[in-house]
Amino acid sequence: MSKLSTIVGVDVGGTFTDLAFFDEATRQFRTAKVPSNRGDEAVGFIEGLKQFGPLASLGSIVHGTTVGTNALLERKGAKIGIITTPGFRDALEMRRRDRPNTWGLWGDFKPIATREFRLEVPERTLADGTIRQAVETDAVQAACRELLAKGAEALAIVFINSYANPANERAAYEAAKAIWPNPHIAYSAQILPEFREFERTSTVAINAYLQPVVANYLGKLEEGLKEEAFPGSFHIVQSNGGIMSTALARKFPVRTALSGPAAGVIAAAAIAKAAGYPDIITADLGGTSFDVSVVANGEAALAAQTTIDFGLVVRTPMIEITTIGAGGGSIAHVDGSGFLAVGPESAGSRPGPVAYAQGNTRPTLTDANIVLGRINAEKPIGGKLKRLDVEAARAAILAQIGTPLGLSLEAAAEAIIRVANAKMAGAIRLVSVERGHDPAKFTAVPFGGGGALHVGALINEVGLKSALIPRYPGITSALGCIIADARHDQVSTLNLMLDSLDGEALGKRMADAGQEAHSIVAGSGLTVERIDVLYELDMHYQGQTHTVSVPLPVVMGEPVTESIVRAAFETAYAKAFSRLLPGIPVRIVNLRTAAVGRRPAFDMAALAPASSANIGKAFVGRRDVWFDGAWHDAGIWDRLALPVGAVVKGPAILEQGDATTVIDPGLEARVDRFGNLIVERA
Amino acid sequence: MSTLDPVTFSILTGRLEQIADEMDATLYRSAFNPIIAEARDACHGLYHAETGATLVQGAKGLPIFVGAMAFAVKAVIDKVSTQGGLDEGDTFIFNDPYAGGTHLNDFRLVRPLMRGGKIFAWLASVGHWLDIGGNVPGGYNPRATECFQEGVLIPPVKLFRKGVLQQDIVDILQSNTRLPRSNWGDLNGQLNALDLGERRFHALIDEYGDGVVTATLQAASARAEALMRQEIRALPDGVYSFEDYLDNDGILDERLTIALELTIAGEMMTLDFSRSSPPCRGPVNIARSTAVACCYVALKHMFTNVPANAGVLNPITFDIPETTFLGVTAPRPVAGYTETILRMIGVIFGALAKADPARATAAPFGTINALSIAGHRASGERWVMFSFFGGGLGGNPLSDGLNHANNPISTATIPPAEVMEASYPVMFTQWGLRPDSAGAGEHRGGLGAVYEIEVLSGGGADVSLLGERGRFAPFGVNGGGAGALNRFQWQTVEGWKEPPMASKVTGVKLKQGQRLRLETPGGGGWGDPGKRSPEAIVRDVAQGFVTPGELT
Repeated sequence: MSKLSTIVGVDVGGTFTDLAFFDEATRQFRTAKVPSNRGDEAVGFIEGLKQFGPLASLGSIVHGTTVGTNALLERKGAKIGIITTPGFRDALEMRRRDRPNTWGLWGDFKPIATREFRLEVPERTLADGTIRQAVETDAVQAACRELLAKGAEALAIVFINSYANPANERAAYEAAKAIWPNPHIAYSAQILPEFREFERTSTVAINAYLQPVVANYLGKLEEGLKEEAFPGSFHIVQSNGGIMSTALARKFPVRTALSGPAAGVIAAAAIAKAAGYPDIITADLGGTSFDVSVVANGEAALAAQTTIDFGLVVRTPMIEITTIGAGGGSIAHVDGSGFLAVGPESAGSRPGPVAYAQGNTRPTLTDANIVLGRINAEKPIGGKLKRLDVEAARAAILAQIGTPLGLSLEAAAEAIIRVANAKMAGAIRLVSVERGHDPAKFTAVPFGGGGALHVGALINEVGLKSALIPRYPGITSALGCIIADARHDQVSTLNLMLDSLDGEALGKRMADAGQEAHSIVAGSGLTVERIDVLYELDMHYQGQTHTVSVPLPVVMGEPVTESIVRAAFETAYAKAFSRLLPGIPVRIVNLRTAAVGRRPAFDMAALAPASSANIGKAFVGRRDVWFDGAWHDAGIWDRLALPVGAVVKGPAILEQGDATTVIDPGLEARVDRFGNLIVERA
Repeated sequence: MSTLDPVTFSILTGRLEQIADEMDATLYRSAFNPIIAEARDACHGLYHAETGATLVQGAKGLPIFVGAMAFAVKAVIDKVSTQGGLDEGDTFIFNDPYAGGTHLNDFRLVRPLMRGGKIFAWLASVGHWLDIGGNVPGGYNPRATECFQEGVLIPPVKLFRKGVLQQDIVDILQSNTRLPRSNWGDLNGQLNALDLGERRFHALIDEYGDGVVTATLQAASARAEALMRQEIRALPDGVYSFEDYLDNDGILDERLTIALELTIAGEMMTLDFSRSSPPCRGPVNIARSTAVACCYVALKHMFTNVPANAGVLNPITFDIPETTFLGVTAPRPVAGYTETILRMIGVIFGALAKADPARATAAPFGTINALSIAGHRASGERWVMFSFFGGGLGGNPLSDGLNHANNPISTATIPPAEVMEASYPVMFTQWGLRPDSAGAGEHRGGLGAVYEIEVLSGGGADVSLLGERGRFAPFGVNGGGAGALNRFQWQTVEGWKEPPMASKVTGVKLKQGQRLRLETPGGGGWGDPGKRSPEAIVRDVAQGFVTPGELT
């Protein structure tokens, strides 16, 4: 079913656009990096693609984008209108009656649609799906006109209990569509037919907020591709790690909220699986944050809901990424009681660490890595700065950390690193130990520029089995675009009791949902080898409000029985909690259906070092690097020049253009047949 | 800290807190009733072996419990020393509010963390159970004059002996509630959390050694104390007085005064509440332990950098005599304790606003509005819908107050209207912000809310409300105005009615199709309303938050 072609993955970041190119016929793999053009990303995007020859000869392009994420974080989406049920126009602004911080009552919330853009129309649906009052479509059209007159560019329709019966929402949608002047319009049951009105309203409102932004962005890219006579297909990575068509991305841009990071996790999972490590924890250390996600048995964990910012909730399946405030730019300080803390305050990448000499005078984690010789001050990664100001970093650490704690310069720098490592270890414990995974079976896979500096400590602190550093950590997200499967997720609320389950009826519903998801993936225009349909039920004991995810071991079209479902529930519940509750009735709340179009396997050998590589040529020299309270004479290596099978014992530093790998004493690194570095206890 | 290096201290502090956080999360996810699962009315932590003082708390635990749990653990310590002793595998359960603080709905589970046959520390879990008997489903009986009308009172007793569940105790608990299944589910959720905490703390102590962990816990307490002393030292010495009032106690329609003299002397603070009203007949009394816990909450909101452990309280002296309604003993009714502590917190904010006008925060809405709607389904099964409602926070130096927030004693989220409609025969006809409810100011208060609910059940419903701020509005600071009063009404054949006691009523009967309406207060305003920016005024009017007539 697949035809050999070329494919390019494109990851547009804040500073650089990274690209990965693969020719399926010649097995040739290439990468490129060009400056991003903030505000007009299409320029960098097209320039980057040209690095691989004329666009007319490219097969397909897959893009991981942060345009949606940035619009949300910077609140630069469209002016939107919301049409809703009488009495509920404020649901978006009232949130779930929360506040930003547990302690301290200050803080504000600005909804993405202010009150004059939220209108009510006569209609009411009850919780059991009964239509108490049919929607007045004239009122819907009048509301549309009012919103348009106020300048609304996109429209969201959200009615109470539409998850139970979307008839009123659909009728309102048809009425609105007849007069709304653009395609930026959606109703909530179309995006999230699941109960909880705030979460549903927020999700559909964010979708509307992003629709014009994402459509405009994709329009520009497509125009650029057309000008260059690009003949192939163009796809977008979703937050769930799967690929979708640009047509779907325009309709459901809320599904791209975490597109870029999701692609990175997918690539890390694929690289590690090919190398024989199906259980990994990805670790991405950026300027301000440390992001981790868990991949068990080759599958990335999905979260049903994410909070982008206070009150800004998106409820669509996303690769579960746990973020803590510890990055290279995290500021170390000693408080009034003599307590050493690293972060959450951060100097980010601008002004950045003290050593960047761009105005920050407070020591950061990166400064500590520089002072201890782990980062090469003469060859800063990223290539923006000529060299780093080591003296300034030393002075800041000694004065602000060393002196107050009575520590030497080196001991103070090491203290900063240990406290930061402990925070990162905490994040890894959160996704492993706390979810019932045994860390001793997991491998850390750092990507991005900074993670590989700290892998040794993570192995030692959390007890991870090993670490795997991909050959090109800096372009992992672009590589993920090439590898990611096509995917479509959907959910529907069932509210069925397990005791009286009509297995045949449920099987029929599952088959219908599966067919629908299947046809969306099949129609995406992407080459796939096969399409798998996966089912999960959200279930609980009657009376609970939270649910556990219960994967069902059935394939589409197979019958379901009460006993299959019960056994699956009890397995999932026992895994999550220590006590089953026999005798209490069990309820099926939601059905989650995913169709996954499996892409042709990407041969990781395309990334491997050339057979001419020679370990002697990879040796760069030696320098002093501080570990465990003393300076060590460490070997410095050109990482990309190391041949397959090379073994480097710690203490050692492995350098490459976009990342530095630190091998602590007692650990050793080995180059596997794909060019990955495997770090383990010696 | 001489024996403990600063890096180990920093790392271990984070790891200990992570375990308490994980205990919180375990209960939220496995609890049955929405007050715990959605509203997070629960708390977990590690407590001192001999004093019960708080050592470690989860970051998301309900603020009021953070202060109250130490008293609960102390009650168990006293019980062990006077009667019966302790074995490994024992777990205590109780809800006695005079020993452990708060009210009867809050069930505490306390278990020793044993190391080498000795108590290393105590683990505890507290969660709000939905129903514990008493005159009113849900426990918030606004007409109670003794705690016996509020529900069943359980003193500290052993739920587990040497690891064996005492079914007798469970049977007693189960036969004293309208909702045995819900309570059983919550009890198991709390046990899940304790089991997990016990495993995790043992693993951590094994890793670092008992001595290092003990030293860390001591250092953490010393650090909180040092930071608290710094905060107090930064305030000018003096006596700052403030008072505010409760509408009534639900029995006698007379206001109750909470009067505070807050004294700053160097790095010591005294909170003297002795001029407050005497104990009252109705359910708004509180035990002294509750009052101390509540002061802790108020101070933590003002001094957010001070960590959450008992060290915070060392530089503070309390004067809360038994002659006031803030320091009562059994059997004075206490079910409405939330109203009293919310007012106390406001009073502390008011006094601190005088000491430190630059950080002044106006009064939050200040009532939980515990509303219970109950009836029987066609099948005969009983249903009880019970919830708390939101209001506006006070204006502050940075911004307007937050619209529709939770109270300072809680981080509770409100259950979605759709979840309530799916669970009970009711329909929300309004769930909106309340115009003109915010206190005026350069930074106005946050808006309160309007909730209107129609009864769908053919059998009608019985309604009870325990609320406040019906007579005394949330105050402004630095020249800001007061928020709107709380208002409760219900439909009868003769039209809309209001309760004689403002926001406290029980025995209201609604027929199918009739509605009730609750309008909650906004927050007080911050600063002179005349200085509010014209753009902000235009924005408020355009959005309908302020109606033009109200501006004059």
